[in-house]
Amino acid sequence: MSIDTQANVGTASAATADQRKPMLEVRDLQVGFTTQDKGIVPAVRGVNFTLNAGETLAIVGESGSGKSTTAHAIINLLPGTGKITGGSVFFDGEEISAMNARQIEDVRGRLIGFVPQDPMSNLNPVWNIGFQVEETLRANGLADSKTDARQKAIKVLQEAGLSDAASRLKQYPHQFSGGMRQRVLIGIGLSSQPKLLIADEPTSALDVTVQKVILDHLAMLTRETGTSVLFITHDLGLAAERAEKLVVMYQGKIVESGRSKDILADPVHPYTRRLVAAAPSLASKRMQIQKVEDADATELTDALDVTMIERAEQREERAKSGRGYITVSDVSKTYTIRRGGFKADLFTAVDKVSFQIDKGTTMGIVGESGSGKSTLAKLMLKLEPLSGGAISVDGKDIDSIKGAKELLAFRRKVQPVFQDPYGTLDPMYNIANTIAEPLNTHKIGTSKQRRARVRELLDQVLMPQSTMNRYPGELSGGQRQRIAIARALALKPEILVLDEAVSALDVLVQGQVLNLLTELQQELGLTYMFITHDLAVVRLVADRVCVMQKGRIVETATTDEVFDNPKELYTQELLSAIPGAGFEFGR
Amino acid sequence: MLWFIGRRLLQMIPVFFGATFLIYFMVFALPGDPILALFGEKTPSPAVVEQLRAQYHLDQPFIVQYLLYLKSLVTFDLGNSFSGRPIADVMAKAFPVTLRLATLAVLFEAVAGITVGLISGLRKGKFFDSSALVVSLLLISIPTFVIGFVLQYVFAVQLGWTKATVGPQAGWSELVLPAIVLASVSFAYIIRLTRTSISENMGADYVRTASSKGLTRGRVVRVHVLRNSLIPVVTFIGADFGALMVGAIVTEGIFNIPGVGGTVFQAIKQGQGPTVVSFVAVFVIIFMVANLLVDLLYAVLDPRIRYAN
Repeated sequence: MSIDTQANVGTASAATADQRKPMLEVRDLQVGFTTQDKGIVPAVRGVNFTLNAGETLAIVGESGSGKSTTAHAIINLLPGTGKITGGSVFFDGEEISAMNARQIEDVRGRLIGFVPQDPMSNLNPVWNIGFQVEETLRANGLADSKTDARQKAIKVLQEAGLSDAASRLKQYPHQFSGGMRQRVLIGIGLSSQPKLLIADEPTSALDVTVQKVILDHLAMLTRETGTSVLFITHDLGLAAERAEKLVVMYQGKIVESGRSKDILADPVHPYTRRLVAAAPSLASKRMQIQKVEDADATELTDALDVTMIERAEQREERAKSGRGYITVSDVSKTYTIRRGGFKADLFTAVDKVSFQIDKGTTMGIVGESGSGKSTLAKLMLKLEPLSGGAISVDGKDIDSIKGAKELLAFRRKVQPVFQDPYGTLDPMYNIANTIAEPLNTHKIGTSKQRRARVRELLDQVLMPQSTMNRYPGELSGGQRQRIAIARALALKPEILVLDEAVSALDVLVQGQVLNLLTELQQELGLTYMFITHDLAVVRLVADRVCVMQKGRIVETATTDEVFDNPKELYTQELLSAIPGAGFEFGR
Repeated sequence: MLWFIGRRLLQMIPVFFGATFLIYFMVFALPGDPILALFGEKTPSPAVVEQLRAQYHLDQPFIVQYLLYLKSLVTFDLGNSFSGRPIADVMAKAFPVTLRLATLAVLFEAVAGITVGLISGLRKGKFFDSSALVVSLLLISIPTFVIGFVLQYVFAVQLGWTKATVGPQAGWSELVLPAIVLASVSFAYIIRLTRTSISENMGADYVRTASSKGLTRGRVVRVHVLRNSLIPVVTFIGADFGALMVGAIVTEGIFNIPGVGGTVFQAIKQGQGPTVVSFVAVFVIIFMVANLLVDLLYAVLDPRIRYAN
C-alpha cells in the first residue's frame, strides 16, 4: 500500500523522512467479550492495518461493527469483560499489546492521546475543568508544580480553542456547552503532544457547524505537531473528508481498506456500497442526479431513493389542495430562568415564528441545538402553553382547546415521535402494551379490537407480529423507533411531530426508517413536522424547510431552493458544514 | 448558599411544631391514667390525685396542655417528670450516652462499610466480593438482638475483651461493642450501596477517559471513582444517624446502657407526655440538622447541585 502524504505537509520538514515509518501496526487483532450464557463472543475478528507517522486513518462502520472496540483494545481500555484474544498491536516499534498494566499506563496519555466520543459523559462532573487538565499534565510529567501545571493547562485549553481558558479553569463541566467540553477533551488528548491520537467519534454528539470548526482545529493541531491520527466514525462522508486512508469494518472484520477517495469513488464490497448509498449527505445529492437522468434511477438496486422521488412528486401535487392546514403565526415562547435569590432572567426560546404546513406535506425544521426547534415541537403538541402568537390546526386555534375531552380529541389528531428510541419506550411494557396504550387511554375499541389494531400497526411499520410479546430491551434502535412510530399511529392521527426521530440511528437504519415514514405519509395522507439538526436528512423527506437560529426563522423556502440557492449566510454555513459535501461519490 | 441554609432553617420551624404536636397528641390519647399508674397497686386518696393532676395540668383540655408545654419549652423550663425529677436532668444524663453510641456506630459503618464496599466493587464477582455479599445478607436478615447476644457472648463472656454490660458512666471504650452491634444492619447496607455505586462508576465514560490520560489505576479509583460513588452513600449515612439514635433501644437493652431508648420507653409506658415530647423534640432537631448537613455535604461532593439554582 503506497502512502500519499500530500495532506500532511508538516511544518517541520525534518519530519518528512520520518513519515513513512509505521506508527501503529495492528496485526490480526481479535477481541472477545465473555458472556454468561454464550462463552466468549468475538467483537473484533482479525483486524489488520498500518498507520504511518503523520498520517490520518479512519475506521468506518455502523454501531456494533467493532470499530470503537478496536480503538479501545489498542490502549488496553476495553470495557467490562472485554479481552484481547489474539493478534498483536505494535506502537512505534514496541508491542504494546504485550505490556503489563504499569507499562501501558506510561504509554497512555504521554505517547497515545485519546479523544472520546461523548463530551457530555467523558468529563468527571465533580471536578473542575482546570483540575482535569492539570492532572493529565502532572501524570505525564509535563508540569512539576501546581502553578506550572495551571499555566500549562491554560495554554493547552487556549490551543484547543477556549480563548477565555484562564477565567474558566475553576468552572465545572456542566457549565460548558457540548462543543466546549469536546474542546477540553481534545486539549487533554493532545496535551502531551502524543505521537498518536485516537479520536473515537470526537464530534458525533455535536452540531454540524460546531463539528466542522472542531475538526478543522483538530486537523490543524495534529498537522503542526506531526501527530498520527486514528479516527473512528460512523459517517463515511466525514471519514473521507478527514482521512487519507479508510478502513471499513463490518461485524468485527475489515471488509475494505485503501485510499479514501478510491473507496468512495469505487466501493467494491457490497457493504461499503450500501454504506455509500445510504449516507444521507451523499444520497441527497444522488436524488438530484436521478431526477435528471431518469434512466439511471431504474437501475438502482436500492429501492429507497426511486420510490422517494416518485412520492415527492405526488406529494407536490397533493400539496396544492389543503393549503395552510397548520398555521403558525408569530409564535413566541419565553422561559423564566432563576438566577438564585429573587433574581430571574427571561429567555426567549422561540421568537415570533410564522409558517404554514399544507396537508399531506412535510415541513422540515432545521437548526442547531438551542435554536428552539424542540420547543416549537412542544408548542405544536400543546405540551406547553404559548407565550405569544397562535397555532391553528385545520382552522382551529389550539389555544382555544379547553377541557379534557377536547384535549383528547386534539391528541388523537397530533402525535409525537421523539429522538431517543431507548428513552421513549417503557422497558417494563411489552410491545403490544406499548402500542395499545394510546388506545386504552382514549378508550377506543374492545380489547380484542385493540389487539387486532396492534397487529395491523406492526404490519404497517414492517415488524413481525411475533414482536408483540417482546420487550424494548430486546430490540435494536431502529426496531424501537418503528415501535415508537407504530404507537404514534395507533390513534390514526393526521399530524406527526417528529422531533429528531432518526438522529440516533445508524445510516442504514436511518434510511429504512425514513423510507417507512414516506411510505406511511403516502398511504395515510399524514402531515409531518420534521425536526432535525441534519440538513441532509431533511433533503430526503421535506417539501419545505424552515431554518431556525436562536429562536427565529432565518429562512423558509422549498427544499430545493434552500439547497440550491440558500439566501441566508447561516443556511450557507450549515450547508457547507455537511461532511463530505465537496466529494464526488460513486455508488 | 447562605440563602439555601437560611431557607432550610426556616423550613425546620413548621416541621418542629408539627412533630411535637403530633407526638403530644398521641401520648395524650394513650389509654390509662398516668397518675393512677404512678401508684401501682395502691389506691391513692382522691385529694392527692387531684393535686397531682393540677400540678401537671392534666385537668386542662388537651390544647391548653400543649400550649402550656410549648411555653415551658420556649422558656427552657421543661418542668419535672411525674416521678419528680427535672426533665432537663433526665435528658442531660441520657442523651450524651446515646449520642456517643450513635457516633461510634456511624463511624464504624462508614469506615468499614465503605472500605469493604470499595474492595467488593473493584473485584466484582471475585471471592472477596461474593463473601462480602453473603455476610451482608446475613447481617441484614438476622435480628439485631441475636447479633447482640452472640457478640456479647463471644467477645465479652468467652474472650473477655470487653465488659458484657455497660456501667452508668458509659464511656467511649465501653460502647465500642454495642456500637458495632447497633451499626451491623446499616454496615451491611452501606457495603451493598458502595459496591453497586463503585462498580457502576467503574464503567463510566469519564473513568475510561481518566485512564486514557495516563493516570495510574490507584489515582483513577481514588480521584475519579470513589468521590463520585460516595454521593449516595453519604445520603444514607446522614439519614441513618438519626435512625440509629432512635433505634438504639434494643442494643441499649442488651448491654444495659443508660441511654435514651430505655428512658423514652419507660416514659411512653407511663404516659408522661412532657417527658416523651421533650425527648422527641430533640430527636426531631437531630434529624433535621443531620439532613441539613447531608444536603450541604452533597453540595460539596457534587458541584452540579452547588451551582444549580
